[in-house]
Amino acid sequence: MASASALDIHVRQVTKAYGAVVVLDRVDLHVQAGEFLTLLGPSGSGKTTLLMMLAGFTRPDSGSILFGTQEVIRLAPQKRDVGMVFQNYALFPHMNVAANIAFPLRLRKTGAAEIARRVEAALDMVQLAGYGARGIDELSGGQRQRVALARALVFEPRIILMDEPLSALDKQLRELMQLELRRLHEKLGTTTIYVTHDQREALTMSDRIAVINKGRIAQLDTPRHIYSKPNSRFVAEFIGESTFLNVAVTGGVCRYRDTVIKAGGAPVRDGRCLLMIRPEQVRIVDGAARDGMNCFDGRIVGRVFQGDTMRIEVDLGGGDAITLRVPANSVGLQSLPDGSDSITLGLTVADTTLLPDER
Amino acid sequence: MSTPTAPATISLSDDHAAALSRDRLIERWVMLSLAAPAFAVVFVCLIVPVGWLFYLSFFTDSGAATLINYRHLIEQPSYVRIFWTTFKVSALTTAICAVLGYPLAYFMSQLPTRAANLCMIAVLLPFWTSLLVRTYAWLVLLQRTGLINHWGMQLGLWSEPLPLVNNLTGTLIGMVHIMLPFIVLPLYGNMRSIDRSLLQAAANLGASPVQSFWRIFLPLSVPGLTAGALVVFILCLGFYVTPEVLGGGRVTMVSSRIATDIDTFLNWGSASALGAVLLVLTFLLLWIASRLAKNLSLIGAGH
Repeated sequence: MASASALDIHVRQVTKAYGAVVVLDRVDLHVQAGEFLTLLGPSGSGKTTLLMMLAGFTRPDSGSILFGTQEVIRLAPQKRDVGMVFQNYALFPHMNVAANIAFPLRLRKTGAAEIARRVEAALDMVQLAGYGARGIDELSGGQRQRVALARALVFEPRIILMDEPLSALDKQLRELMQLELRRLHEKLGTTTIYVTHDQREALTMSDRIAVINKGRIAQLDTPRHIYSKPNSRFVAEFIGESTFLNVAVTGGVCRYRDTVIKAGGAPVRDGRCLLMIRPEQVRIVDGAARDGMNCFDGRIVGRVFQGDTMRIEVDLGGGDAITLRVPANSVGLQSLPDGSDSITLGLTVADTTLLPDER
Repeated sequence: MSTPTAPATISLSDDHAAALSRDRLIERWVMLSLAAPAFAVVFVCLIVPVGWLFYLSFFTDSGAATLINYRHLIEQPSYVRIFWTTFKVSALTTAICAVLGYPLAYFMSQLPTRAANLCMIAVLLPFWTSLLVRTYAWLVLLQRTGLINHWGMQLGLWSEPLPLVNNLTGTLIGMVHIMLPFIVLPLYGNMRSIDRSLLQAAANLGASPVQSFWRIFLPLSVPGLTAGALVVFILCLGFYVTPEVLGGGRVTMVSSRIATDIDTFLNWGSASALGAVLLVLTFLLLWIASRLAKNLSLIGAGH
């Protein structure tokens, strides 16, 4: 939900190189007003550089960045009016919590009463009411994270940037904060750009995800689409778990070994392509192959109990393997063949995803 | 939780507890013993002689117990003037060092590590020469017929030789030169440790470079500044060579007077009393300064 004042961002043909190393290569990105967009990629992919450019700390070599209709490519950071949450929070250690949050308001010459009121409201919003007089070193990691958030939001910036803000928190707190950040975003409706290398975090929080690899945007789509319809092996491997089978395409017909593979998606060019299989999409099939399913015969070579699921490794012979997950409940476990290790796996046509073979 | 084996486990761990605490004690003494040589040196070379001097200050030359040495310090105006000069020269040197050293340390802290290390070598270079040599070099440069006056007059910058040496000016020039590295080093270390993302955060929140310097960088560099200033100030209080050579007898600091008392008058009692009073005054001053600093930081921490 976009608030009335939310801005969209146009990144056009932005390039940055350090010597011979190209960090960002002609990146185009349109962030919609009020959107929560995540830049997701491995370290060194250029996602943080892109964020630093939006904040104004890094100057691109060329290109254009528009906030709404305003060109900001040469605008100094302090004039951009964007709020940023830093990875290490960057709270001022010589100021207490309230003074940290009041800092941007003081710079804007806000009146003392108004500052007090807004600091109070910001502390309320991040559920730290009454913590104003605390020193920064008296706070836990999660509390510092909230103070950093309050400081970035208190001056009602046009855009909010977050650089892996949850990476220093433990898993439980991280998951709690993900939901809280999401809730805050829905309330405020400010355009938000979030950088992370944690795919689960990206899937949980984002309206859309831009997967970045080697300085280019590999795919930009909703979490659901990115997960179920990745456009490349890189995206498929980076988000979620998957195994791949080599598929030959002749005359528009795909074959894995001698079996015809039925796929619902766009037609693939003749040659070779990859069949992507997500562990939770495969099912164990008894007896004959069923309609609407691509089936594979194999042998179970590994079973790992992981609490909520059993992870099963199936060897198809010839170096090919499929990993699947079976819920660790009585129904799921009963479906496993006992005695023999032979197994037949089925993948519905709707779930069958073919990817271009990049090699 | 009670299981049948619990009592046995507890008694076993009790046996171990005694042994473990004995191990801890031995370990602590072994660690302490590492400091023993240093402690012995400090005791023999510092505590014993200082204590002996302090003791001497309560006796006349003939060996009678007396407070006359301390009475002189209060009653003779020349002594008051000497203490005043000592603290004034030290404070001025410290202030000038801070003003000159801060920008230098800031500049170095912003350089890439390699360039900063080169600068650091340049700052430390003077330490490779003896203090005495450097002081006499200043005498050569600053005297009436020295290089600076010579060039200055030839270039027509001034017509009469400037009195650059054998006075307070010369003393300060020499002392600042020698003391500068002592304030630059801690300042530089402190500034290097200031997280750059704090300055980015300040800019992001709307602070101009000038504002982020005054509100973020400067307050965070205060510990380095205090440490450096303290070192310089304390070293200045006991400075002897440079004020003697460059002051030309017009800048008498406590250390000079102590030397005269011993060399010329063989008055150990008076010299010891001077030393003791300087020590006490220095402690007093530092105590006041630390109280002031604490109050200041309390004010600074709030709104």
